[in-house]
Amino acid sequence: MNTPKEPFRLAVVSAGTSDPSSTRMLADRIASRIGALAQERGGAVAVDVVDLRGLATEITTAIVSQHMGPKMTRAIEVLGRADGIVASAPVYKAAPSGLFSSFFHVLDNDLLIAKPVILAATAGTARHALVVDEQMRSLFAYLRTMTVPTSVFAATEDWNASELGERIGRAAIELLLLMESGFAEQVRSESWKSYQHEFGSAGGTELDIDLSSDLMRLATGGSALKPKRPE
Amino acid sequence: MQFGIFSVSDITRDPISGETPSEAERIEAIVKIAVKAEEVGLDVFAIGEHHNPPFFSSSPTTLLAHIAALTERLILTTATTLITTNDPVRIAEEYAMLQHLAKGRMDLMLGRGNTAPVYPWFGQDIRQGLPLALEHYNLLHRLWREDVVDWEGQFRTPLQGFTSTPRPLDDVPPFVWHGSIRTPEIAEQAAFYGNGYFANHIFWPTSHSKRLIDFYRQRFEHYGHGTRKQAVVGIGGQAYIAKRSQDAVKEFRPYFDEAPVYGHGPTLEEFTQGTPLSVGSPQEVIDKTLTFHDALGDYQRQMFLIDHAGMPLGMVLDQLELLGGEVVPVLRKELAARRDPESAEAPTHAGLVKAKYGDGPARQPRPNANRGDNVTGASPYQDSEPAAEYPEI
Repeated sequence: MNTPKEPFRLAVVSAGTSDPSSTRMLADRIASRIGALAQERGGAVAVDVVDLRGLATEITTAIVSQHMGPKMTRAIEVLGRADGIVASAPVYKAAPSGLFSSFFHVLDNDLLIAKPVILAATAGTARHALVVDEQMRSLFAYLRTMTVPTSVFAATEDWNASELGERIGRAAIELLLLMESGFAEQVRSESWKSYQHEFGSAGGTELDIDLSSDLMRLATGGSALKPKRPE
Repeated sequence: MQFGIFSVSDITRDPISGETPSEAERIEAIVKIAVKAEEVGLDVFAIGEHHNPPFFSSSPTTLLAHIAALTERLILTTATTLITTNDPVRIAEEYAMLQHLAKGRMDLMLGRGNTAPVYPWFGQDIRQGLPLALEHYNLLHRLWREDVVDWEGQFRTPLQGFTSTPRPLDDVPPFVWHGSIRTPEIAEQAAFYGNGYFANHIFWPTSHSKRLIDFYRQRFEHYGHGTRKQAVVGIGGQAYIAKRSQDAVKEFRPYFDEAPVYGHGPTLEEFTQGTPLSVGSPQEVIDKTLTFHDALGDYQRQMFLIDHAGMPLGMVLDQLELLGGEVVPVLRKELAARRDPESAEAPTHAGLVKAKYGDGPARQPRPNANRGDNVTGASPYQDSEPAAEYPEI
């Protein structure tokens, strides 16, 4: 086990819209459980919260014009340097809320590669329980995150049930172990280039330019023609 | 340092009057705008290229040649010429012709274009956009530098013994800017050939443009064309100017809010804060423009977008008065004071002729007589290297 000197940076993304919000409460419960577990194990966690309610207009602006406002820019910085993420959404109409999905839609595809993520959702009825596994998990698979095995779903009746606390505990230890293992950091340091990137992606941090590609050869007067017969 | 305006040639409904100009009206207006740009002391006028409504500029060289005949100093250029869907042979021919008629007062900026359906209209595939752009320029570069070109590539029919006519004015190819927002290969190509690099600098903050500008400068030096400071950089920008700041915001807002591309998105305030757009008094526009220099160092060309989103002709002409009368003179003075003497001069035909010939005479190609086979072959010009001669029997 790595015992880091620096606390783990945990980003909590909540798409709850009321204040107080049960979606945010669920995210906070998960975050504080991770913090407590880390402390028991001699570590520490520093939490940054990205509450999407305050970013709503910037998110819609980003969708229609690609213009990133200052709050979006800060949120991207927070996610880019996070060691782990808690992503918590309310379920509307049998899907994670549009605000939640839209936020992740406008992020660069490579911003969250290999980062451990706990997926959480709240709903007014237990009938929405599979939204986390069937919809949110595929979004985060596309973003190539490392989602933990346990999803955390809380319908109205779950708030007073001890089982919710147990699921939170399971998800928290799963995330903590993934952070401790240094998995994301290692994937990103050893294999970053093998994923697709664009210049300036990963929140503006991906600035490596491969000068030996076929296109670069073409840019510098070379030919795009394939040799006519194999040498 | 050159200052100018660039137009995308959109024909947009004026949100105040509700009127949409006719194509005839807008084309007439753009000529007046270009002539006015010279009158108020600007250096450059650029027009875009589009092949669909609501744009009028499908044939930039025709427009620019007309403007050249009506002006004396103004440099005519494009923003951009589509290097993907145009045949590079036609670009070589048309722009060389423009260069002659404009007496060298022209250059061109190459871009890939942002309208996906254009590609199939011209028989191309957008998925090949980048290799098309790169290969087409490789050919264009040779067509302007070699009298006779043999060429074979992936995208265009091969050429054997082809001569692009007319040869460039004084046998000095038009200066080329490679425009790109986020494609390192385009910046690399600009650097490789020692051409200019242009960042559109409209939708993203200066820090975004700076990444590729710095890369281009570094690669320009790598390829031995000069130091980083001698690389030739141009950027765009966007301004709305009024004597009083609050009037500028009030007058421009309805046009901003309904502008194609970014209208109905960010607020004017958000966009002003997050991008190079400045809306305000002449001093405010001057201050913001100087921040571009703070970030990028000396550069050679600053263009402004001022005639879009349905702004009526009168309003655009007023903008030109303010830009040419109050903003650019101060910018010239301020930037001249900051300029490193080592930095590149802004590109002109005279400068390129001087660089090629010194004080000597420029080459003036005179063709040999047509040999009746309608092909040019090996030695099309009187000063060409003669073709191999065989003893006649």
